[in-house]
Amino acid sequence: MSAAKGGDAMSAATGDTLAPLRREWIRHTPGERLVRWAMFLAVVAAVVWAVRTIDIIPEFLADAPEQMADLLVRMWPPDLAYYPRTVHAALVETLHIATLGTVFGFVMAIPLALMAARNICRVPALNALAQVGLVASRSVNSLVWALIFVAVFGPGAAAGVFAIAFRSIGFVGKLLAEALEEMNPGPREALRAAGAPWGAEMLKAVWPQVRPAVWGVALFRWDINVRESAVLGLVGAGGIGVVLEDAINFFQWDQVATILLAILAVVLIAEIVVTRVRAGLL
Amino acid sequence: MSDTTLPAPRRTPFAPEWGMRVLGALLVAYLVYASTQLDLGLGRFVTGLGEGGRFLARMFPPNFARWELLLEGMVESIQIAVLATVGGIILSLPLGLMAARNLAPWWVSGPVRAFIAVCRSLHYVIVAILFVKALGFGALAGVAALIVASVGFVAKLFAEAVEEISMKQVEAVRSTGASGMAVLLYGVLPQVASRFVGFGLYQLDSNLRNSTLVGVVGAGGIGGTLFAAFKRFDYDFVSAILITIIGLILLAEVVSGRIRAAMQ
Repeated sequence: MSAAKGGDAMSAATGDTLAPLRREWIRHTPGERLVRWAMFLAVVAAVVWAVRTIDIIPEFLADAPEQMADLLVRMWPPDLAYYPRTVHAALVETLHIATLGTVFGFVMAIPLALMAARNICRVPALNALAQVGLVASRSVNSLVWALIFVAVFGPGAAAGVFAIAFRSIGFVGKLLAEALEEMNPGPREALRAAGAPWGAEMLKAVWPQVRPAVWGVALFRWDINVRESAVLGLVGAGGIGVVLEDAINFFQWDQVATILLAILAVVLIAEIVVTRVRAGLL
Repeated sequence: MSDTTLPAPRRTPFAPEWGMRVLGALLVAYLVYASTQLDLGLGRFVTGLGEGGRFLARMFPPNFARWELLLEGMVESIQIAVLATVGGIILSLPLGLMAARNLAPWWVSGPVRAFIAVCRSLHYVIVAILFVKALGFGALAGVAALIVASVGFVAKLFAEAVEEISMKQVEAVRSTGASGMAVLLYGVLPQVASRFVGFGLYQLDSNLRNSTLVGVVGAGGIGGTLFAAFKRFDYDFVSAILITIIGLILLAEVVSGRIRAAMQ
């Protein structure tokens, strides 16, 4: 990381033993400095380009604080009586969507993960195929999946469950495949040497080794899915987002505040639960 | 002691795991219950398959005829991502330092941590809705929403990184009589700078994904075009947009992977 200027050759020539101590220390080599400056310049250029060409309406920017204050005034106080009437049922539906989506996602991800793990499936073509499937699932956002499944199943919670499930496949499959590839081959070889069939090998040699990873991934993904399922309703895929969309469209901002508080509470509780359970499991 | 050894307790080599079986049964029971609650029947699934086939048939071939609209939306999404990342990083730097429990007193770190937790808990699309109301339709609302999301992520990780630093270097700099700012600049930041750049890069990647979506609620970018195409049943244009978005995301993943590899 560091370079010294002057010095060594001179000290050898003159016999000055203190010369190394008078060297000038510079933190980065010229090459490193050049790279740093180039990166800095690239960032600045990107920002300047974005600021100059982005389509921002100055009038909107000017009255933003006023509008923000207006929004907060309309939201306060939250209409808490609205919660038991409508929000609670929608919130429970959201949690069902998140949980069912996580489970279905797992069911579909496990075969793909087994296919993607190079130590389980020995055919490179199948490994690549599974990877393509996992990447495709990950690169489509859950809202886009929801739009697609609303077109397929019609509006409702079914679309939400499938959106969450298809979005989860890529994430879960990738992490499971990595866990599978990291496992110790010893138990599998021992079982195979004893003549165990494939199913027994998976159940008694593979599963015990990846079990902690499976639980960890499941909890982690469930936490994410709770957050994501809260917005699926905006495109008609069920859950609390539908109620939120209605309240916004009717400009009932005090009801919107109640819904937002409910979502916030559920997300925070889910995060605390997941952290606690993980700490207990691992 | 007699010469007869005690019989070892009989042990089944592959004992059934009763805990797992009970858990599995509970899971199945929940699945059945939740499926009926959500009205997920087999009949619905079968009709869905037919509809899905029709849907895919209409998506193909993708229609790039309106590529100007597509390009405009994509460029705006990229602009939103760049501005939101830079804004988020600039805000995360002080917030992350203030949230670090080893540098800030508890009455500063507590509220700041709570603020960061709220930023992280609200989904960026919900935040975008609020900003669309406050700032009007357009890219500005998207930038503001993604700044909030970036702060929630980058500031949290940055605070965790700062909490893991070695305090020896901080003490050393402080013992020379350096001012608070100098302690931060020479004792703290050099220890976390490389990780901070990594978080920033990761956030750019994820902002790029998210900026293609905030348009669904009117906050600018390609999402608005996508949502409009869905509503008009222009499924061939939808597939063109989706292909472009996925291409951009994969490209960004490759590029950021390269940069990360080069930095190490």
